[in-house]
Amino acid sequence: MVNYQHRDLDRVFAALGDPTRRAILARLEEAESLSITALAAPFPIKLPAVMKHLDVLSDAGLISRAKQGRTVAVRLSPDPLREARDWLSRYERFWSPALDRLAAYAEAQEAQTQEAQAGADEA
Amino acid sequence: MTTSLTLVRRIRARPAIVFEALTTADGVAAWWGPDDLPVVLAETDPQVGGAFRVRFRTRDGLEHEVRGEYLEIVPPRRIAMTWRWVFGGEPEEAGRVSRVECDLAPIAGGTELTFTHADLRNEASLASHTQGWTGSMAKLVVRLGRLDGAASQPSEILG
Repeated sequence: MVNYQHRDLDRVFAALGDPTRRAILARLEEAESLSITALAAPFPIKLPAVMKHLDVLSDAGLISRAKQGRTVAVRLSPDPLREARDWLSRYERFWSPALDRLAAYAEAQEAQTQEAQAGADEA
Repeated sequence: MTTSLTLVRRIRARPAIVFEALTTADGVAAWWGPDDLPVVLAETDPQVGGAFRVRFRTRDGLEHEVRGEYLEIVPPRRIAMTWRWVFGGEPEEAGRVSRVECDLAPIAGGTELTFTHADLRNEASLASHTQGWTGSMAKLVVRLGRLDGAASQPSEILG
């Protein structure tokens, strides 16, 4: 897999920071390839605005565009999304085991407190 | 432009006990860090403006230190604090201040902990692009997980 530089990752996160662009990606995830007209149809914005969003997604490497006759086919390029997820998962790898240990520790403390209470009740 | 990571755990312990585990030095020393190596140092002063400091070692032998300041302390419901790598940690996060938030909700038999590490990769120049982003990260992780064919991490369920 291509190892994206931080600047590229910044572009990916910036591109993902817009609800219309995320909706575009979600549509492309379900369809293998869509023409720009089909892609733009559900959005209440004009075609040039959609084209601008596609430019941002394309610059971030999130989509590819290919001419097919008189139409342009848009496809999802999943690698940058994977890269973004991998970056986030580093933090998840840091926190997830720590929180598991936090849970185990708190549960042991809870058990101790309950035992102490039961002991006090008996006495 | 900010990114955040949210994890949820259901814990069989009452909120007051989970809160203590999160805010006392003894508690923090018992669970902190990416693996089960002992924490080198833990100091907490859980009041608004109070300092937080923890140093830990990873299996590669490197030491890491995080410092922060408590922004909100609402026992036994909520903790918000700043987070800064003093040394070690993620090189690209060096010098950046991010934020850690813990929300504790009582549930039958215990506590639901919602843990968020927010403001990662904070880029002021891109602040205008954040609309719609905050809070959507968890959904995005699920979506990305789906794209990759990998399952997202399920949270623990009370047994």
